[in-house]
Amino acid sequence: MCLQNFSSQVIERHNKPEVEVGSSKELLLTPIIISRNEKERVLIESSINSIRVSIAVKQADEIEKILCHKFMRFMMLRAENFIILRRTPMQDYDISFLITNFHTEMMLKHKLVDFVIHFMEDIDKEISEMKLAVNARARICAEEFLKTF
Amino acid sequence: MPEVYHTVSSSVVCCAFNSDRSQLALCPNNEEVHIYVKKGASWSLSKVLKEHTEIINGIDWASESDKIVTCSSDRNAYVWKREGNDWKPTLVLLRMNRAATCVKWSPDENKFAVGCGAKLVSICYFEKENDWWVSKHIKKQINSTVLSVDWHPNNILLATGSCDFKCRIFSAYIKEIESKPSPTSWGSKMNFGACMHEFSNSGGGWVHSVSFSFDGKKVAWVGHDSSISVVDSERDNILLTVKSTYLPFASCTWISSNSIVSVGHDCVPYLFSIDGAGNLTFRDALDKKEKKQSENVFSALNKFRDLDRLGSTKSDRSNTSLNSIHQNAIKGVAIARGTKKDCAVFSTFGMDGKIIDWDLKSLEQSIAGLKIA
Repeated sequence: MCLQNFSSQVIERHNKPEVEVGSSKELLLTPIIISRNEKERVLIESSINSIRVSIAVKQADEIEKILCHKFMRFMMLRAENFIILRRTPMQDYDISFLITNFHTEMMLKHKLVDFVIHFMEDIDKEISEMKLAVNARARICAEEFLKTF
Repeated sequence: MPEVYHTVSSSVVCCAFNSDRSQLALCPNNEEVHIYVKKGASWSLSKVLKEHTEIINGIDWASESDKIVTCSSDRNAYVWKREGNDWKPTLVLLRMNRAATCVKWSPDENKFAVGCGAKLVSICYFEKENDWWVSKHIKKQINSTVLSVDWHPNNILLATGSCDFKCRIFSAYIKEIESKPSPTSWGSKMNFGACMHEFSNSGGGWVHSVSFSFDGKKVAWVGHDSSISVVDSERDNILLTVKSTYLPFASCTWISSNSIVSVGHDCVPYLFSIDGAGNLTFRDALDKKEKKQSENVFSALNKFRDLDRLGSTKSDRSNTSLNSIHQNAIKGVAIARGTKKDCAVFSTFGMDGKIIDWDLKSLEQSIAGLKIA
């Protein structure tokens, strides 16, 4: 995460994250995919002034898929409060972070890394907890419903 | 030991001292230039120069003629001349349509070079008849944004480092103001804009900084692949490269005829040198702070909690400071006292707003086995 201020060399007076614009090939670094398995993987794309971290979260069944989708949607609607969150995820991924040189100037770099790692660890936990809650609730509902017969 | 010279509240993008180091010009990550004056042991803000409209990327202070040149993302450069207590700006006609990224006075201070995002370098000189600074462009072979420039001591040759992974040496001979240059070790034919040499350390990365040695016979550059490379023109342009395991370097300078200091995203300056056998080697990190002991009484608990949460014990959650003097990436290094041949003190500045002086004598004493020659 070694970023620097960089004004666009394609468009006059612009300063855009090069990883998003992608107009100058030499300013992009080789993307890296780190994966535990097919479903859980992280894509890191970096450039001279920005880095994009995309995460695909484990989704074993339908419920997890729905939960994950809803949860990510909830967060991305509030992306400006998360500062480094990207409003739409990359294709095939559930959530993306976009970190620019302005973020690394403003915030501590090692804490940003900590945050992303912490997020990845917690998201799995959160979703399994929600899944348990949903299942428990479904069971209670079903019991109540079946009592009437 | 390293001395924290001055601290400002925001990041220092670029800074320059005047000749006797009593004044300091810096850009606090916006469109202003702040001039600080030394009063006793402390620095006080004396002037704010406002003319640019976007972030300033380069400042250089001509030590003899006492002029400041600044360049900015708004595609302009200004030469600031002292008039009594004030600084008077003169716009330079750069004729470029992208951000200017770096600027440097030539050793004779009669011209300066501006690197820019339009894949060219502008050599600017003063035209007496018209009373303004005009520019000439070097465009040949540059395929991407120029990130750094450095002058050869003969006032003619210019080294550039750019985003296309290459370091190049150009001739910046302007026949209007200079007499014909004598041949150097880099070549003899020096028409304006001629690319004398082009170097790449095979692979490489964006070249963040270039530096000529004191005699101008060697050129060093640092790339984004954390490598440092040196080309020696006296030894048949032999290329020496060291790939380090640290984070990428952002700047480098020669501090003696065989030693280079490079700084960067690791927040610590590193010393490289050419040894007796002619190989470039890594010598030492110049900032060795003792590891801080955690004062927290629950440190054992924290340790296991971190082990559980983060998979490592290293990152103490409550501790936000790094184990170095600089707390964020270092942007640049410059010689504070001495020359590139016999530097006594060099200073670094970084995104944490600190400007730090490093005394080589006391560094030699404090780090066992370190000898800077």
